Amino acid sequence: MARLVIDPITRIEGHLKLEVEIEGGKVKDAWTSGTLFRGFEIILKGRDPRDAWHITQRICGVCPTSHGHTSSMSLEDSFKIKPPDNGRIIRNIIEACQFVHSHILWFYHLTALDYVDVVSALKAQPKEASLKKVQDRLKNFVNSGQLGPFANGYWGHPAYKLPADLNLVAVAHYLEALDMQAKASHLSALFGGKMPMTMTSPPGGTTLVPTVDILANYFSRVEELQKWVDSVFIPDVLAIAPYYLDYAKIGKGHGNYLAWGVFEDSSYDPKKRLLPRGIIMNSQLKAIDAKPEEVTEHVKHSWYTDSAPLNPMNGVTEPNFTEYDTNKKYTWAKAPRYQGKPMEVGALSRMLVAYTSGREKAVKLIDGTLKALNVAGKPEVLLSVLGRIAARTLETKLILDEMVNWGMQIAENIKNGKAAVYTDYKLPDSASGIGLWEAPRGALGHWNVIENKKLKNYQCVVPTTWNVCPRDDNGIRGPIEEALIGTPCVDAKRPVEILRVVHSFDPCLACTVHIIDPDTNEIHKFRVS
Amino acid sequence: MRKEYGLAARDLVDTLRYSSIKRRDFLRFCGVTAGLLGLSEAYIPKIAHAIEKGTKRPPVVWLNFASDTGCTESLIKATYPNAADLVLDILSVDYNETIMAAAGQQVEEILQKSLKDGNYILVIEGGIPTKHGYGMIAGKDMMDIAKEFAPKAIAILAVGSCATHGGVPAANPNPSAIKGVSAVLGDAYKGKIVNLDLCPVNVEVLVAVIVNYLLFKKLPELDVYGRPKTFYGQLIHDNCERRAHFDAGRFVERFGTEEEALGYCLYKMGCKGPMTYAPCPKILYNDRISWCIKAGAPCIGCGEQGWTDKFAGFYERLPDVSIPGFKGVEFTADKIGLAAGVATAVGIAAHAIASSKRIKKGGEE
Repeated sequence: MARLVIDPITRIEGHLKLEVEIEGGKVKDAWTSGTLFRGFEIILKGRDPRDAWHITQRICGVCPTSHGHTSSMSLEDSFKIKPPDNGRIIRNIIEACQFVHSHILWFYHLTALDYVDVVSALKAQPKEASLKKVQDRLKNFVNSGQLGPFANGYWGHPAYKLPADLNLVAVAHYLEALDMQAKASHLSALFGGKMPMTMTSPPGGTTLVPTVDILANYFSRVEELQKWVDSVFIPDVLAIAPYYLDYAKIGKGHGNYLAWGVFEDSSYDPKKRLLPRGIIMNSQLKAIDAKPEEVTEHVKHSWYTDSAPLNPMNGVTEPNFTEYDTNKKYTWAKAPRYQGKPMEVGALSRMLVAYTSGREKAVKLIDGTLKALNVAGKPEVLLSVLGRIAARTLETKLILDEMVNWGMQIAENIKNGKAAVYTDYKLPDSASGIGLWEAPRGALGHWNVIENKKLKNYQCVVPTTWNVCPRDDNGIRGPIEEALIGTPCVDAKRPVEILRVVHSFDPCLACTVHIIDPDTNEIHKFRVS
Repeated sequence: MRKEYGLAARDLVDTLRYSSIKRRDFLRFCGVTAGLLGLSEAYIPKIAHAIEKGTKRPPVVWLNFASDTGCTESLIKATYPNAADLVLDILSVDYNETIMAAAGQQVEEILQKSLKDGNYILVIEGGIPTKHGYGMIAGKDMMDIAKEFAPKAIAILAVGSCATHGGVPAANPNPSAIKGVSAVLGDAYKGKIVNLDLCPVNVEVLVAVIVNYLLFKKLPELDVYGRPKTFYGQLIHDNCERRAHFDAGRFVERFGTEEEALGYCLYKMGCKGPMTYAPCPKILYNDRISWCIKAGAPCIGCGEQGWTDKFAGFYERLPDVSIPGFKGVEFTADKIGLAAGVATAVGIAAHAIASSKRIKKGGEE
């Protein structure tokens, strides 16, 4: 039996270390661990509550907006206020731009290189002039001998299945997608001032007063992104997927899914959000409602003072470092649980909850895709690596289509004299509140307690903590650990199949808030013993 | 007095800014960069030459420490040149964990080769935890990695507030004892480290500093904080598009009001522009589509060292304390550095009176 350590896992946000046990060419066991402690919850104590939404955005530079919005919602819960309708819609738009940006970046720049062989693209024989141009650029680049970010990839690995021509198309779109993800971010900045770190969504609503200029600019940019997603992103995924259909059976995990829901409805009911709140348990494709009081955090395998599982409202962040030991404590990530169960979060969870709740747009998109891949009527294939890829891709389209409607609603509201974007409030002496929302990577919750107009306690339960967490008090693996079981690994020195599973969760380690690298004298990134 | 912002260069920037650039245009990029660096038009072909004719693309080692990757996010949102140009044609980004294809052992090999070859531009994103074990990559403390890679760098760019002074995670009580790059590497590296404050770094500033290096093989002139004077030499307040309203006493008193729609000054909403030296009003963000104050959001001072605690209570009005001799544009970050203790307070009242004269003169400088 071989133990394999991959550190660092790249093409993710932050520093993740993975240890796996391999037997007979397959993963038999897995442990996930992170490498950095920044202690945001400790920093937030005693601060002006109104600063929290700026500070928590700095938890993650990839999804700052989601933290900002969750923080403002959590405080609005404490202040007993809601933003006016146009404030609500503008926040939806800023959030949506970030989702579109994040999903494009994730597919093309973080995970695609696990499926697309860049070197093979050199052997393609393109007829189209534009592809020829990309290939020439690539050839010049390779001939320069300076391979930059493409150096030392697993090129030529037998697990790469695409024909050379398709590899070239994908490389061309990798470059094009760099522009498109930037454009989606620029759109966040149109309403948010700048991105990363949007500036306009404090508790109460938004500081931005929409103008005709902004809306006109918005519509033309959304249209450009829509066209690109419809004509490039979705076709790329549909073209690549048939070569990797075995990944519809790899990386399933526990089969438990949680979504707090995202994109606020005018009713402010989380069950009516564009992507609604809900859970799915034990692979039973039937959504039921989710409740924040069912969340607890376990610390038996994390470097915290041992305690019974706590709800985040009473949560403590009391570090207690001991050595790295996969049998005892091996990470600083706490282990969040819902009704004591590990839950996968992310686009797949959201789309499954929407699909099984009978949301028309989600049903149409998912059924259409299953049909295109010749698996009509078999949504269970989505509980896999391929399912996560499909969910993110389809969610991008679903969101972009809604963005047009939101823009129209803003204009309509202004016409009807409902132009308000901000609700004023008085800072309470004492209060407590919860904000539940979604980052592109999954369910995000902020819990705050205010005393003497200052933050007394602030806890965040973030998407990647759900996914990358260690075993819980009952010894049950975290979602990524579980999803890795059974993953093939034909060459332990080049474990591309393992990367596919890990990347399918789009881990974001800065988000994991309380993590540290326990490994002390480990210099070799691989340890095969 | 500030040659870096010479009239010709500024006009060039403005011309390019308003000429509705639709597609990437290499010479235009060179022009914009010349403008940002305060160089005359004669430098445009030289910039093009420096970028295009280089026999070897300058290697970049981008280390990510106690950060949230917001500055890598800024980098890939670059427009002129865009991320693909930067990665394929201009630089050789040999190490950046967020975008590199390799993982694990193959990453270590790349890192060791870079270290052996030396002569890389070292970009550091994120602060450096100084407590053992609080920030590690592959079993090494981030602090040791920084000290290992600094000596062989031809230049060190500390990008974003975390790298320059620790940023948000270094805010009180600084649980991981995080410090900025300069503080960790010490005086031996003075003048070799360029600090690019702002949270996140403005990618146009980063690219301009790199181009400046390709062109002149040296770093730009730095202020006492190690920041390029060209970009951090002026107050946001003095270049703010809402400045006229400040001078006229027209303020936003509540978010989302008609006053906001009219673009009145955000000082009363807690804006830190009067105390923050940064280029935001001139170069904006995200393909220059907007910036904080344009979107109705008061500046939170993220371009100033120590900003999280220094400006805590982001929506509280700056204290109304005057500094004798405060002269706006002439009062540069250098002098703030000398004034140390008193620099945390600004004489808004005195300033308002003095500024009506100066603003006219300033326009001609």
